Amino acid sequence: MLRHNRRVVITGIGPIAAPGLGIDAIWSALLEGRSGVALCATYDSSGFSCPFVAQLPPGQFDVKQVVPKSYRKATKVMARDTELVVGGAAEAVHSAGIITKANEPVDGRVTIPVDRMGCHIGAGLIAAEETELTEALITSRTVDGRFDIGAWGVIGMQNLTPLWMLKYLPNMLACHVTICHDCQGPSNTITCGEASALLSIGESMRVIGRGHADACLSGGAESKVNLMAILRQYYAGRLAKVSALDDPTTIVRPFAANAKGSVAGEGGGLLVLEAAETAANRGAKVMAELVGFGASQSFCPDTIGAEPAADGEGISDAMLSALDDAGMKPDDIDAIVPFGCGAAAMDAAEATAIRRVFGGRAAKVPLVTISTITGSCGAGFGAVAASVAVQCLRTGMLPARVNGDASQGVDAGPIAARQANPKSILVCTPSLGGQNAAIILRGVS
Amino acid sequence: MSAPRIVVTGMGWVTSLGYSVDSVWNRLMKSESGMAPITRFDARTFPTTFAAEVKKDYDFRTFLKDPALHASAGLNSQFALGAARQAWKQSGLDLSPPKNARRVGLYLGAGEGVLDFDNYAACMLKGWNDSTRTVDGVKWAAEALSRMDRLREIEQEPNMPLAHLAREFNARGPAYNCLTACAASTQAIGEAFSILRRGDADVMISGGTHSMIHPFGVTGFNRLTALSTFKGDPTMASRPFCFSRDGFVMGEGSGMVILESLDHATARGATPIAEVLGYGSSADAFRITDIQPDGRGAAVAMQHALTQAGIAADAIGSDGRPLIHYISAHGTGTKENDSIETRAVKRVFGALAKKIPMSSVKSMMGHLIAAAGAVEFMTCVLAIERGMLPPTRNLNDPDPDLDLDYVPNHARAAKVETCLSNSFGFGGQNDTLVVTRFKP
Repeated sequence: MLRHNRRVVITGIGPIAAPGLGIDAIWSALLEGRSGVALCATYDSSGFSCPFVAQLPPGQFDVKQVVPKSYRKATKVMARDTELVVGGAAEAVHSAGIITKANEPVDGRVTIPVDRMGCHIGAGLIAAEETELTEALITSRTVDGRFDIGAWGVIGMQNLTPLWMLKYLPNMLACHVTICHDCQGPSNTITCGEASALLSIGESMRVIGRGHADACLSGGAESKVNLMAILRQYYAGRLAKVSALDDPTTIVRPFAANAKGSVAGEGGGLLVLEAAETAANRGAKVMAELVGFGASQSFCPDTIGAEPAADGEGISDAMLSALDDAGMKPDDIDAIVPFGCGAAAMDAAEATAIRRVFGGRAAKVPLVTISTITGSCGAGFGAVAASVAVQCLRTGMLPARVNGDASQGVDAGPIAARQANPKSILVCTPSLGGQNAAIILRGVS
Repeated sequence: MSAPRIVVTGMGWVTSLGYSVDSVWNRLMKSESGMAPITRFDARTFPTTFAAEVKKDYDFRTFLKDPALHASAGLNSQFALGAARQAWKQSGLDLSPPKNARRVGLYLGAGEGVLDFDNYAACMLKGWNDSTRTVDGVKWAAEALSRMDRLREIEQEPNMPLAHLAREFNARGPAYNCLTACAASTQAIGEAFSILRRGDADVMISGGTHSMIHPFGVTGFNRLTALSTFKGDPTMASRPFCFSRDGFVMGEGSGMVILESLDHATARGATPIAEVLGYGSSADAFRITDIQPDGRGAAVAMQHALTQAGIAADAIGSDGRPLIHYISAHGTGTKENDSIETRAVKRVFGALAKKIPMSSVKSMMGHLIAAAGAVEFMTCVLAIERGMLPPTRNLNDPDPDLDLDYVPNHARAAKVETCLSNSFGFGGQNDTLVVTRFKP
């Protein structure tokens, strides 16, 4: 087997989720066990089975503040998903201490040569902004209020800005990031639901490993806080069934016997992956080493993977493949950041997979459950999860857990943040559709 | 240790010109067009009223042993299943579940599913509040829950063709879908090739599938002024490299290939059809709308693919020809693309560029968007296998600024050993594949 791999390290992290942009905001919420779930601020979403979402408080994050002045105009054609990832990119680059075009260096010099800088981003199905679109649609109403496609073709569509569709192509996340930071190396957009961000990180690892880039911005982002996405979450059987009177902070219950389901979320972000030699040559502070990656497809009895295979075999395949890639055994893993979205069937399949891989140790390997702050943020989830794993390795801390329990035979019960000094952490994401991805991060002493 | 050789052992496609390798190829050889007035929705008042649709008699179930597994399949998955079944059959891979399912992976460049436009528009109008000028979430939800079909909604996720193919072939290895606009399936084949080279799988099912022939698709591209608005015979509308070209024509369908490590193919006694030699990928990082005017990003992708293939762009073979014998152009038929692509090819091949025939099958089957790269890669393989170059249809009025050999209007016999296939996506994604005749 050909494994002439260059080693790959993480030198920057830029997560974004309900608590805010950057690891500090997210980490302090996780240490304190604070929830990111609240009433939806952008819609009255009580028409669905769950009025709560995990979103950044309105006004807290302004994408215009994180792009160079020369690029502010382009923020007008960014969908929410793109805003999130552009924020994550700025944060990741800052935390890695690298200079890109976005820093507008006076001498024009950037840290990584532009053709050696790649970009791999996981993205979801981006929903059209309802108000913008409907303002145009209503110009083509019949007298009795129905949509008139004839009128739309003649004149109605003229009410959409010419660039309208470009807001919603999934590869616009990578497009804006590569323009802002001038990444001209290999670039890709992976659309495999919740597995997308880790698949992107894995692809970056391979691209750097085979020498086609020296560094990559890698991760993903998605907002499911919109009407179409909430509807699809509901149809997929993920959305919690609760009332507005319920306590939002206790709705998401990862791996709990009395799980209620998940809430729509928004988030993601990017990490800076770098060849170990490139990082060493520039004297970068290395946050963690990316030592293993594995991907797999589950066998889905229902074909589309809305009902996960109960045996969790595809999920454990990805975990085992990542362990094999890292040359490690399950005993070498000190903590796991699972998907654990709080939807019972999903969590059960994942717990089964963990039990299969870790055997008798399954109940003792601490899980780091983060869906209480991320909600279901689809293609972005893996980027937050990977960033949190890096932070655990850097600080030696494992964050608090809330709302879960140990009923599935995995270590998911409530616990306060504590010093645990993990050396190696496994991050895993299954997806609606049956794709699975896992990575293993190792701390640096 | 050197990287394993990667071969193509099966191919299949579903396009406006037919649903088998031979039927589509034969029509390409006759320079036929799949364009006609749009039937998928009422487009009569749209700026563009035609497209290259897969004909209504296409029934994906006829390709399947157990169609019930795919009862909810959306249009993209229907196309993908038909194309992949053809490819699988040609590859001779066992029809029973492979013993080594974990060594069979998938890398697709599939598009998002077709939006349920009528119900979607109705929900938006029902939810609209004229006084606040916003959509009322509660009203919208009530309407949506009564109108929108559960499976039709889930099937719109871009990883659904992947799920259907994984189920159909019991593939349990690495599984990806990439969606880099018009470059997606070229990129998918390139990444599948990379996964096999690294030894992370033995077999990869790869390709693309897409239909954007729906009201939002046509609206979006019309607003971008990317589509031809030709007034006349639709079969004359797609005019790549022509002076009067005025945009691309939408196609739809799927192209699927089976890629395998040579060792795996040999061990099971399969006959390789062709060998993939190189893959190059780059980002323009330029503008969200325009391509680098000097063709730099496209040239970088081509150069990387050639380098990996071990082919010097300026070398001449013993037959006096350049080492690349045919280029399957991205060739959309927009003013910008065709000029810049021509510039990029000249940038890479210099004076030899004029000696390399380069045609665009989009002139006949339209632009399959995410699936375009896969069917164009397949035309390269067929050109090698059959010694014929597909033409660029409707090239009756050459653009004086475009001076390469675009194989105008008539297919041409040629000895073809090695080809290059280009795809460029909105957003500045450039991907190139190099494929050659298989020699043991």
